[in-house]
Amino acid sequence: MAGLDHGQVHPKEIEDPLIAARNARYGMVLFLIYLAFYGGFVALNAFSPTQMETTPALGLNLAILYGFALIVAAMVLALIYAWLCRAVSPADQSK
Amino acid sequence: MIHEPSILSVLVFAGFVAITLGLSFYFARKTQSSAGYFAAGGQIHWFVNGVAFAGDYLSAASFLGICGMIAFYGYDGFLYSIGFLAGWVVALFVVAEPLKRLGKYTFADALNSQFQSRAITLSAGISTLVVSVFYLIPQMVGAGTLIQPLLGFPYWVGVVLVGIIVVLIVATAGMVSTTYVQFIKGALLVLFSGILTVMILNRGLKVDTSEEANSPQTMVKLADGSVQINGKPHGHKEGQNDLRPVGHLSKLPGGKTETGPLGPMEYLATLQQSEVVLWPKKETTVDGVKTTTWTPTPTAGSKILRPGNSPTFKGLQSDKLSSRLNFISLMLALFCGTASLPHILIRYYTVKDQAAARLSTVVGIGTIGTFYVLTLFMGLGAMTSGSIDLTNDNMSAPLLAKSFGDLLFAMISAIAFTTVLGTVSGLIVAASGAVVHDLLSSVLRWEMNDHEKVRIGKLSSVIVGVIAIILGIQFKDMNAGFLVGWAFSVAASANLPSLVMLLFWKGTTKQGISAAILVGLFSSLTWILVSEDTFAKVYGFKADAAAAAAMVPFSQPGLVTIPLGFLTLIVVSLLTRKKSAD
Repeated sequence: MAGLDHGQVHPKEIEDPLIAARNARYGMVLFLIYLAFYGGFVALNAFSPTQMETTPALGLNLAILYGFALIVAAMVLALIYAWLCRAVSPADQSK
Repeated sequence: MIHEPSILSVLVFAGFVAITLGLSFYFARKTQSSAGYFAAGGQIHWFVNGVAFAGDYLSAASFLGICGMIAFYGYDGFLYSIGFLAGWVVALFVVAEPLKRLGKYTFADALNSQFQSRAITLSAGISTLVVSVFYLIPQMVGAGTLIQPLLGFPYWVGVVLVGIIVVLIVATAGMVSTTYVQFIKGALLVLFSGILTVMILNRGLKVDTSEEANSPQTMVKLADGSVQINGKPHGHKEGQNDLRPVGHLSKLPGGKTETGPLGPMEYLATLQQSEVVLWPKKETTVDGVKTTTWTPTPTAGSKILRPGNSPTFKGLQSDKLSSRLNFISLMLALFCGTASLPHILIRYYTVKDQAAARLSTVVGIGTIGTFYVLTLFMGLGAMTSGSIDLTNDNMSAPLLAKSFGDLLFAMISAIAFTTVLGTVSGLIVAASGAVVHDLLSSVLRWEMNDHEKVRIGKLSSVIVGVIAIILGIQFKDMNAGFLVGWAFSVAASANLPSLVMLLFWKGTTKQGISAAILVGLFSSLTWILVSEDTFAKVYGFKADAAAAAAMVPFSQPGLVTIPLGFLTLIVVSLLTRKKSAD
C-alpha cells in the first residue's frame, strides 16, 4: 500500500493553465447537462406529479426509471469527464 | 419493540470494532506532524480515497435513514438518494479541482487563498463547526438506534458508546486512521448491501392474509410512565405483549400468494401491481394518557412507488404551492449540499494532485451510486419482509437483515456501526481542524508549534464529541435522513455561494465572502428553528398547532437561503470593491 508514511505534504504541483482551463470548461458543460436533467426531474415532481405514475417501459413507472437514470447518468458523466481530462500535460510528464 | 441480543451478534460486533481500533492505533505511530494528523500528508492513493469518499459520505442517513423512510412510506426516501448523489456532480464538475489548487488544510484556507482575511477565517471556521455538529446529530441518532437490537442496551448507551470510541480513534490518530477505516467501511457497506439485495430478490414477494398480521396495533403510555401494547403490559413474559413486527403484501398480481425469486426489474414491476399493507400512525393524548394507533392500510403499489406517500412529501399530491416549494427547496439543498460539506472537502487534500482528486471522485460516485440503487431494494425489501419495528423507522434495514438470520444481521449492524464511526471521525477531525487552524491560530493568533496544534486538535475533538453525544440523545426519534437534509441546507446556504463565486467571479471581495457565509449560516439556521417541521418534531407540537406556529411558509430553507447567500455576496462585494487606480 503506497504512502504509509503520512508525514510529508506533497509539493505544490505545476500545472499548464491552458489544460486547467480546458478541464474547467468540460466540467461546466457536463455540469449544465446534469443540471438540466435533474431540474427536469424536480420540476416534473413538483408541477406534474401524476406523470410520475405512468409506466413507459419494463413495467416500471417514470418515477423509478427517471430516478435510476439520474443515478446512472451521474456515474456515466463522471467517467466521461475523467476520460476527457486525461490528455498528457507537463505536470503528468514530470511524475 | 423489545429486541433480544444474541451472543453471535455481540461477538461479531466487538470483532469489527476491535479491528477498526487496531488499524487506528497502528497508524497512530506513523502520524507525527499536523500535516499528517489533519490531511493525511497528501499521500493517500486515489482508489483508496475514492472508496473512502463513499465510506465517509454514506452515513447513518443513507443506510438507516433512507432505507427506513422507504420501508415505511415507499419512494420518498429514494428522493434523498437521488439528491445526495446528484450533489457529487456539483462537487466533481464545479468545485473539486479549483479547490485542490487553493488550499492546504481547511475550507477556510481555500477561501482565504487570495485574501488572508481573519474575518473570512472566522466565519468559515464557525460555519465548519456548525455544519459538522448538525451532521453529527443524525449519526449519533443512528448509533443509538443500532445498539438496541444489536446489544439490547437502551438508546443512550449507543450514543455514548460511539462517542467514546470515536474520540479514542480521533485522539490517537486523526485523519489517517479515518481514511482507512472509511475505505474498509465503504467497501463492506456496498458489498453487504449487495448480498442483502440478492437475498431480498431471492426471497421474492408473499401475501399474508392471516388475521393477526392484519389487526391494528396500539401503544398506550400511561401517566405513571408504564406502557401497554395491544391491551397488555409491555414485555415478553406470560400475560405481556410486545409490538408485532410488520410488513407484508395484501395482494399480488394475478391472485398469486407468492412469487418465488425475482429479478430486480421484475421485483419492482410486480410491486407496482401489488397491494402492500402500510401502517399509518395516529397519536391522541387524553388526560395525560398518550395513545398511538397503527392501522393496517392496504395501499396500491403504484401509489407507493411514486413520490408523495410520506408525511414529508405528501403535499406533492395536493394543490398547495407551499408543498411544492418545500420539495424544490429540499432537492436544491441536497444538490448544492455535497460540495459544501466541510468534512468532504477536506478529503480533497489527502491525495497528491488534481488528477488523483478527479479520479478519486469518480470512484466515489461509482461506489455511492451503486449503493443508492441498492437502498431502494433494501427499503422495499424491509417493507415486505415482516420485520418492521413500528416505533423506529431507522431500524428497518438491520431488522430486515435479521429476518435472514443472525449472522447477516450481526455483520450488517457491525458495518453500520463502523459506518457511524467513520463518518463521526471525519466530522470531528473537520471540526477540530476548524478550531485549531481557523479559530485559534488564524483569528486569535495563538502561537502554537506543530506538536501543540495536534494536542489542541485532540482536545477539541473530545469537546465536540461530548456535544454530539448530548445532542444525539435529545434528537432520539427523528429519521436520520431527514436530519441530514437539514445539515445539507445549512452547508449549502453558508458555504456554496462563497466557494462558487470565489472560483468564478473576479469581483468577489473578502467582505463579500465573510458576509455571505454568516448570512447564509444564520438565515438557514433560523429558518429551520421556526419551521413547521421543527415545531412538530422537535418542540413536540401537534400537527395543526405546528402549522399555525410556524413563522415561515415552508420548512426547507434552501430555496430562500441559498440565493440569499449569493445575493449577499454580490451586494457586499460590489459595495466594498476597490476603486482600481492602476
